[in-house]
Amino acid sequence: MTSAGSGLTLLQTCALSLLVFTGASQFALVGALAAGGGPFTAAAGAFFLGVRNAFYGLRLSQLLALPRAVRPFAAQWVIDETTAVSLAQPGRRSARLGFVVTGLSLYVLWNVTTLLGALGAEAIGDTAAWGLDAAGPAVFLALLAPMLRSGTERMVAGLAVLLGLGLLPVLPAGVPVLVAALAAPVVLWARGRRRASRGDAGEGEL
Amino acid sequence: MNIWIAILVTAVGCYAVKLAGLLVPAGVLERPLVRRLAALLPVALLAALTAQQTFADGRVLVLDARAVGVAAAAVALVLRAPFLVVVGAAVVVTAGVRALGG
Repeated sequence: MTSAGSGLTLLQTCALSLLVFTGASQFALVGALAAGGGPFTAAAGAFFLGVRNAFYGLRLSQLLALPRAVRPFAAQWVIDETTAVSLAQPGRRSARLGFVVTGLSLYVLWNVTTLLGALGAEAIGDTAAWGLDAAGPAVFLALLAPMLRSGTERMVAGLAVLLGLGLLPVLPAGVPVLVAALAAPVVLWARGRRRASRGDAGEGEL
Repeated sequence: MNIWIAILVTAVGCYAVKLAGLLVPAGVLERPLVRRLAALLPVALLAALTAQQTFADGRVLVLDARAVGVAAAAVALVLRAPFLVVVGAAVVVTAGVRALGG
């Protein structure tokens, strides 16, 4: 829906879902391209959003104990949902089953809805007239909301908003988002320093 | 052509990090600081993207119907509405404000 509204063809929209298959990265790429970002700055933002999947893979590889030959095929399905389902299972057998069932059904469902959404958006035409340009930020907000658990997350989000908006008029399209990503290490560093100066090495928010 | 380049670069990059997680021996990425940073990066990126797509018109900051729509989505999120309702609220409210000449 959001991607067909920003200059991608039907084929490009579906290829994106089939090949990338990690929602936040897809929306970010489309948003950056629509804003006039270059292909590499747009891809860099999408890539950083996908980095968390490496940490899911790390936990899944211990849990599922997949043979090395199977791993390249399983990798595409390493996403938020499959990790959540697999980790919630009591044993290895059910974890493997949960991973395959969740991965397969989400992969099919996600790509079918992408196709239907892209066809629908082509039929609608001017997306802005219908308020569909607000769908993109609403999707990001819905993905972001469950992550804002503690003060650290909220500080990172706040700083990233300031950087993203403040730098928008002065830097080329797509670059302010990448600079805003620096909010994460900056807040971590500031928190670490504050904790160190208080002198407690115990279980803090970090 | 640029769009295809962006799609392919993203696809290769995103697949590579997924595979890396499965192949890399535990311990290399298992350090607490690295884990914490990986959890916070999406927070920073999503927050910046939300703000930009709400308030940016090209490289200029504006306050228009989208802001009202995204505010409606935020209210829906606080009320724990399902994903599609959240997005639907943003679309409907934005369209409504535009129809009223906002």
